[in-house]
Amino acid sequence: MSTAVMPAGEKAAAAALRMKPPSRMGDWIFSGFTFLMAFTAVVLICVVGWQLWSGARASIQTFGFHFLVSTDWDPVNDSYGALPFIYGTLVSSLLAMVIAVPLSVATAIYLTELAPLWLRQPVISLIEMLAAIPSVILGLWGIFVMVPWLRVSAFPVLRHYLGWCPLFHGVIYGSCMLAGGTIIAIMIIPIITSVSREILVSVPNLQREAAYALGATRWEVTRIAVLSYAKRGIFGAVTLGLGRALGETMAVTMVSGNKAQIAASLFQPGYTLASVIASEFREASDLQQASLFEIGLVLFVVTILVNLIAQVILKTFAGATVKQ
Amino acid sequence: MINTATNHGFRKALSACVSVFTLVCACLVIAPLGLVFLHLLRMGASSLNVDFFTHLPTPSGEPGGGMANAIVGTLTLLGLACAFGVPAGVLGGVYLAEFGSPRINWSIRFLCDILNGVPSIIWGIVINGLIVIPMKGFSAYAGGLALGCLMIPLVMRTTEEVLILVPHGYREAALALGIARWKTTVHIVMKAAARGIITGILLALARVAGETAPLLFTALGNNFWNNDLSQPIAALPLQIYTYAKSASEDWHRQAWAGALVLVAFIFTLNISVRFLTRGKPVRV
Repeated sequence: MSTAVMPAGEKAAAAALRMKPPSRMGDWIFSGFTFLMAFTAVVLICVVGWQLWSGARASIQTFGFHFLVSTDWDPVNDSYGALPFIYGTLVSSLLAMVIAVPLSVATAIYLTELAPLWLRQPVISLIEMLAAIPSVILGLWGIFVMVPWLRVSAFPVLRHYLGWCPLFHGVIYGSCMLAGGTIIAIMIIPIITSVSREILVSVPNLQREAAYALGATRWEVTRIAVLSYAKRGIFGAVTLGLGRALGETMAVTMVSGNKAQIAASLFQPGYTLASVIASEFREASDLQQASLFEIGLVLFVVTILVNLIAQVILKTFAGATVKQ
Repeated sequence: MINTATNHGFRKALSACVSVFTLVCACLVIAPLGLVFLHLLRMGASSLNVDFFTHLPTPSGEPGGGMANAIVGTLTLLGLACAFGVPAGVLGGVYLAEFGSPRINWSIRFLCDILNGVPSIIWGIVINGLIVIPMKGFSAYAGGLALGCLMIPLVMRTTEEVLILVPHGYREAALALGIARWKTTVHIVMKAAARGIITGILLALARVAGETAPLLFTALGNNFWNNDLSQPIAALPLQIYTYAKSASEDWHRQAWAGALVLVAFIFTLNISVRFLTRGKPVRV
């Protein structure tokens, strides 16, 4: 066919075909640049690990493995061990989990299975507001409101009824492990509640309907059809909460007394890994600073592991599209 | 089954009991929020005055003074955090949504979620080791960088989620017109999702605005105006922390006032996010 008789449309198409394709240079540069930016996530993790490691090297060389099992924390004689802080972190987080997990899971159940529809969104918003309160402000409230109340009203009652148990025995200090655990619980309740709620929402309605059809009561439906289906996901939510609890810093530092000791009684002051960094890092130098870096390294490794477990559970939970 | 009639009654009663129990738990979860607010409003409002917004802190023991420098300091730090965190976060999110292979994206997403779980105090000592020790001094830059590092994974994830929601037809239409891929991404996809991207940035800002731990060993705090970003700078959370630990009644009152201002600021950010996303549930 000669060009003379070609219709206008085909002529334009032929012209378009003769045009040079647009340069791919811009695309390469742009996608390469965005890749670099996405890669910062990898870089950040490596930088944090490397910096903690290099900061802690002096302490690792001096104390070796002994650092993790020694109870010494003696800046005067330059002898350091992390056991009281590891103990403090474990106990306060455990207390927080004991308080927070039942409350959060029950609230999540209430919000998905029982609450009237008009009430759900307002309560969810309130819990989100609780999550938005900064740690330091909860700590401020802890110092001036919660700790005095616990010391005067709650702890004497606990000691009166549970004093036979070494955990609730002895002198009552206001700022103590139990106060620290309580404030951590308040801080991790929102995350456990909202993640478990999303897990429960993702349970297919067929599950519930099948249980109702068998004549189950409301609680039985929740227990048999919903919770047994969602328990893996809820375990993931709880693990995520544990990760947050282990690293909680400001509020715990403000209410838990900060004394490097291992005491049976929960009324005694305690010290966590994050707290000791927050209160001693600024004045520390040389070996003490290296020891604080090593404490940071311990905290980093533990929280990474806990979060890793939580993410793997949540990401492999069937059918869940959980956002944090 | 033992006795169906009584058994049924028992089951219904149990169900009712559990319902009440979960309701009580929900109330207990909300209670701290109410209590914190009550005290914030009562203590904060009574100590808040014009001086608080216009004056510098007074030396210990002297009454009066305010936190003007800390308010400006917090805003400065947030600005620096945006400068460090937003480009990396947004462009990283673009990569995850528009380019890249599923495998790389999965691992970067996973790392972001892990990074979100790193305790903020860790960022404080890491930035201290990386910036403060080599530069021989605490600085606003270090504080901003610490907050920026906290923002990166948050912004990256929200940006990605928002971009994925942009319909594929938009991209196809632009590419069919012969527009280069990067121009399509910048001018069409990101423009369509701009509201959502800004929402993500505001949420990340609200999240880091109250952070104290990363600033303790980076921005340090300052009782005076800061004219030089390579010098220590004051921040509201730091000031609240310092005042809360002190023994002075006057400082305690100031701490409550500061807490009220900080919470009001954070909630304003959160509410403006609600406003931005109102009526557009898709673009969250």
